[in-house]
Amino acid sequence: MAKEEQDKILDEVTQSDYKYGFVTDIENDDIGRGLSEDVIRMISAKKNEPEFMLEFRLKAYRHWLTMKMPEWAYLKIPEINYQDIIYYSAPKQKAKLESMDDVDPEIRATFDKLGIPLDEQKLLSNVAVDVVMDSSSVKTTFKQALAEKGVIFCSFSDAVQEHPDLIQKYMGTVVPIQDNFFASLNSAVFSDGSFVYIPKGVRCPMELSTYFRINAENTGQFERTLIVCEDDSYVSYLEGCTAPMRDENQLHAAIVEIIVKDNAEVKYSTVQNWYPGNKEGLGGIYNFVTKRGICEGKNAKLMWAQVETGSAVTWKYPSTILKGDGSSSEFYSVAVTNNHQQADTGSKMIHIGNNTKSTIISKGISAGKSSNSYRGLVKVTKNCEGARNFSQCDSLLLGDKCGAHTFPYLEIGNKSAKVEHEATTSKIGEDQIFYCNQRGISTEDAIGLIVNGYAKEVINKMPMEFAVEAQKLLAISLEGSVG
Amino acid sequence: MLSIKNLHVSIDGKEILKGINLEIKPGEVHAIMGPNGAGKSTLASVLAGRDLYEVTEGEIIFQGKNLLDMAPEDRAKEGIFLGFQYPIEIPGVSTVNFMKTAVNEHRKHKGLDPLTASDFLKLMRDKKALVEIDSKLTNRSVNEGFSGGEKKKNEIFQMAMLEPKLAVLDETDSGLDIDALRIVANGVNKLKTAENSTIVITHYQRLLDYIIPDVVHVLFDGRIVKTAGKELALELEEKGYDWIKEENGK
Repeated sequence: MAKEEQDKILDEVTQSDYKYGFVTDIENDDIGRGLSEDVIRMISAKKNEPEFMLEFRLKAYRHWLTMKMPEWAYLKIPEINYQDIIYYSAPKQKAKLESMDDVDPEIRATFDKLGIPLDEQKLLSNVAVDVVMDSSSVKTTFKQALAEKGVIFCSFSDAVQEHPDLIQKYMGTVVPIQDNFFASLNSAVFSDGSFVYIPKGVRCPMELSTYFRINAENTGQFERTLIVCEDDSYVSYLEGCTAPMRDENQLHAAIVEIIVKDNAEVKYSTVQNWYPGNKEGLGGIYNFVTKRGICEGKNAKLMWAQVETGSAVTWKYPSTILKGDGSSSEFYSVAVTNNHQQADTGSKMIHIGNNTKSTIISKGISAGKSSNSYRGLVKVTKNCEGARNFSQCDSLLLGDKCGAHTFPYLEIGNKSAKVEHEATTSKIGEDQIFYCNQRGISTEDAIGLIVNGYAKEVINKMPMEFAVEAQKLLAISLEGSVG
Repeated sequence: MLSIKNLHVSIDGKEILKGINLEIKPGEVHAIMGPNGAGKSTLASVLAGRDLYEVTEGEIIFQGKNLLDMAPEDRAKEGIFLGFQYPIEIPGVSTVNFMKTAVNEHRKHKGLDPLTASDFLKLMRDKKALVEIDSKLTNRSVNEGFSGGEKKKNEIFQMAMLEPKLAVLDETDSGLDIDALRIVANGVNKLKTAENSTIVITHYQRLLDYIIPDVVHVLFDGRIVKTAGKELALELEEKGYDWIKEENGK
């Protein structure tokens, strides 16, 4: 393929539009810009929180003040003015929602546009949805049906009110408040999120799903997800994220904590499609997320599956602490960067229990002038016998202006560990494109075929509805790009 | 069917084809033979629309249309099929998915609805049987990890699926053992009709024992220097290419 043709096609990619970039015109209740102890007290008071929550927040805030933003990631981020962000903004609602009819029609319209039906009758069978707009949860569906099984699935705020004992027991146990800069910030100011509790021996009868949406301007989104799976239980949880197109960068710093007990299993899937900024790299979401789970019990299982196509900057390392003997964890990721997007993402697997197993499959796809890094840690502690890890990090490049990097870290403290690491870098070849062309397949469709083929291993791990969405997203994100 | 007039083609400023003239009628099988570097594969690539090559002069008319104005995928959908000398591997893309996309693109071009999954699988079964290709191959990613012979069989299978009007088989016999050669040649023969045409590009005469050409051309130094019936192939086999070279003053 001629150079100009390649450039033309690459340009086309850069121009593919972000279709979730609309703004919903609703009245917001915000507290103005800036961060201080007073602001934190105000957030806590607005949410009518018990004393332990305020203490947790203040402790985190005081610790955060002593910290600096981490600089080790392979990312170029302009300085963030933390006093210029609104830390709490919620759609104004009159009273507590009793039924669907009480949801603001504008909000309902927003989620309709996103393809997330809030209407329970219209819902895909077996997916319960919690939606979080800006700082607060708008609506959780199927609460009743789940409650019959003893499953708790609600917004984090509701959980604080209704199940304070569970929140107090588990919050901050996997990601402590002093864990890292963004985790401390989140712990101080987080406003909502989702809470899931699966009692002993229960297989959650449906997929649980949370959709996060940043709507208001100058607002940071700080949500927290806490999932607790008691012995012998199972849940599959999905999260999706979108935001409007805006010229300024917006901050998203979330925490996910997952606790998996004896013989329990959690699948956590993410389709992250925050606004990535325009093709000159203006605007977009800064996505700084701490996701961590602990396989606390024996034979506990935790699987992460993610398709990341959005955000101007992504800083995210879903991790698992394999504490229980025989516990296992898998991490499957496809991260796409285009235009000026930057991603430094990967996973950490900490082997503590005996005979623990982990798998990391990471597929990076870079196009435009983007930078895509894999950073992963496999750690085997001194007393951990028989640990096994397999890591595979593949990079696919489209064009010659993007970069892919791999930073694997291994800390092996026990001789019995078996650790394997494989890495490949490939380009979509002109030969492959021409071969498809010669069979009557257009260049765009050919790239769609090849990219989806490349990412298949990961997409296959996602629940079906999500897999379909993920495939479309990959095609849209990379429409037409060749190298 | 196909009419090539005074075709000149260069790559990186170096002229490879120096005025090719060729007429192919429906139902004909033409063999193009010649020594290494004569320009045989260049001709095949130019017909398929590979843009590494620059056409500096001449025209190619395919079924009344100017082929050189068309994108490679449009040429394919109009009925040109290139059997690659070195078929390309596409990891992760299943042969089923690949062929389904291709077949439905061809159907769309003809104004037909896409095939249903079951009709498509039936079509695949029929064509697999026709060209004697193993399901083990079609269940894998396109050409990934195939041996040379398997790749060539897969080309013929794809040709069967797409039913081209003009098939250009570029050194399809290279790297084939005698059994694979027979299977590939049988496939080509079974797909032959009174309407479609085939260009067989080959080095050796042995493929032409199985695929009987109507016309044999000798391509040498970017020009067709000799055209005759199938007996020309035998003559070449016997005498080699040296006498051609001598006749043409090289």
